[in-house]
Amino acid sequence: MNLIKTLLAGAAVATGLAGAAIAQDKLKIGFIYIGPPGDMGWTYEHDQGRKAIEEALGDKVETTYVENVPESADSERVMTQMALSGHKLIFATSFNYMDHVMNVAKKFPDVKFEHATGFKRADNVSTYSARFYEGRAVIGHIAGHMTKTNTIGYIASYPIPEVIRGINSAYLAAKAVNPEVKFKVVWAYTWFDPGKEADAANALIEQGADVIMQHTDSTAPMSEMKKHEGIIGFGQASDMGQFAPKPRVSSIIDNWAPYYVARAQAMLDGTWESTDTWHGIKEGMVEIGEMTEAVPAEVRASAQELAEKLASGEVHAFTGPINKQDGSAWLAEGETADDGTLAGMDFYVEGIEAEIPN
Amino acid sequence: MDLSSISPVTLIVSLMAASTPILLAALGELVVEKSGVLNLGVEGMMIIGAVCGFIAAVTTGSPWLGFLFGAICGAAVSMIFAVLTQYLMANQVATGLGLTMFGLGLASLLGHSYTGINPPAFSQIHIPVLSDLPVVGRIVFGHDPMIYFSLALTFAIWYFLTRTRGGLVLRAVGESHDAAHALGYKVIRIRMLAIAFGGACAGLGGAYLSLVRVPQWAEGMTAGAGWIALAIVVFASWKPGRAIIGAYLFGGVTVLQLNLQAAGLAISPAYLSMTPYLATIIVLVIMASDKKRQSLNAPASLGKTFFAST
Repeated sequence: MNLIKTLLAGAAVATGLAGAAIAQDKLKIGFIYIGPPGDMGWTYEHDQGRKAIEEALGDKVETTYVENVPESADSERVMTQMALSGHKLIFATSFNYMDHVMNVAKKFPDVKFEHATGFKRADNVSTYSARFYEGRAVIGHIAGHMTKTNTIGYIASYPIPEVIRGINSAYLAAKAVNPEVKFKVVWAYTWFDPGKEADAANALIEQGADVIMQHTDSTAPMSEMKKHEGIIGFGQASDMGQFAPKPRVSSIIDNWAPYYVARAQAMLDGTWESTDTWHGIKEGMVEIGEMTEAVPAEVRASAQELAEKLASGEVHAFTGPINKQDGSAWLAEGETADDGTLAGMDFYVEGIEAEIPN
Repeated sequence: MDLSSISPVTLIVSLMAASTPILLAALGELVVEKSGVLNLGVEGMMIIGAVCGFIAAVTTGSPWLGFLFGAICGAAVSMIFAVLTQYLMANQVATGLGLTMFGLGLASLLGHSYTGINPPAFSQIHIPVLSDLPVVGRIVFGHDPMIYFSLALTFAIWYFLTRTRGGLVLRAVGESHDAAHALGYKVIRIRMLAIAFGGACAGLGGAYLSLVRVPQWAEGMTAGAGWIALAIVVFASWKPGRAIIGAYLFGGVTVLQLNLQAAGLAISPAYLSMTPYLATIIVLVIMASDKKRQSLNAPASLGKTFFAST
């Protein structure tokens, strides 16, 4: 099914080429999305970034996007079509596009690629990501205060460093305010499958979790939480404000717009070069959504303070002493994690009882 | 790992909700196949039902109208298949596959402005005293009305197929359309009605997905449920009672694997995610190995084109 969709999408991009050949001077920018822009989560925010480019640069640019592109060879086909049809800047907005981006980038040295959350770069491939873990620390702090059952449920997608980092960061922050806290992690093995995400939320709630965190893209877990009394959760990637004030009590918002506009501007100015960007709360790439009345005032205040300290650099989400899950030492007293370790994080910190699937 | 944290009662309650969309779609397809038509477009009809039911429920504020409209739209798209295969003699397999693709595409188009909206709530019934009984209360008396409807529908279809004259005629058409035609039955008309019924059931299953189970509209949200429904018809050897077992088994394994993960079972979730499909395939293989019984139950004219020569 996805294959057919992608082929059709590829054809649509190709026909776009014919029509746009006249407008030679416009910079064509392509986006590939893992889900639909209407997911109200991850892809929605990337699409907001795309719209921000159009708004900021107007006539000088033209943007195209293809949605529901699987993280397989299909994505290579879509990116190749984009490159062939005159797109000079291509944003690939999911982790597992990584090797496919590298393959296509090799074939089109004149086309610049921007890969979200990846770690492989080339002269024409930049990577960018947000320090989501800073947001995770803030919601972990709230979760630790709010849980009555001391059980926090976590709907994870795939066991990749970004997701594991989020679990660790949330756990450490929750544990700091509530030593009794326990995490239950369910791996959905999908970024977007509303039915499965809802079932996962339900399974966690049935097993005593009263705070749910998600690292999947749809709002289905929110709908599921809403069915149960006294369950709270956090908007993921996007504000998910339609579920406020409860179950959604706050959120982690990915704000890609400033970065996207800057990169498009760099293309126009001819100053684009391969970079590795990792921005957090400080730069505004990670935002904490409004905390609702469902959170006690003093918790709101302390969470806000934590967010500000993370932004100023006064506090780092991973500050020692921290041991790895197996008990071996990782960070000494007062030591903070370096970006390299964080980027490749493949272990749980001490205290989390689950195992990382491999 | 702490398996005691899995409560059998809540597990049963949630597996029934998870299975109902598949059960409804499978029941509809069962009737269609009993009339000798193979409609592989279940997935497409389901997703049309999901989006149309959602739009109707959001617009009118009534989930009941949503279910009704979902069923009507499911039946309406099934008529495309019906006209193509019954009057224009198109190949049923190819047309059914086409219907699935068409349905998925049309549904994303229709639902484009309906993502991120909450549908009106459709709550579980609550009978004083009975619903509060321990164990039995939640398993027997604590569901939403559509779950009872799906169970009643199973019984009604069983009764219709095995105990009524209409059911006998429908089965006769499915066994030998030439003989039924010679006896003066309107083969095409009966098949058209069966296909419409199948479409309505699939649409209803889709609407249940978008209005109760998730509840929201998201593109591609059926995620293969229609194909599972098709497998369950064979699994059930075209018997409505067994369709319940099949659907609940599939839904049960799906829910159970997530619960096992939450309980911390140390098996790779990748394997656990496979289990519902593996269980279905294994049962299908076992069923298929008994060729004689299989051929006794499968409608003899299944998938064959009927052309009234005289």
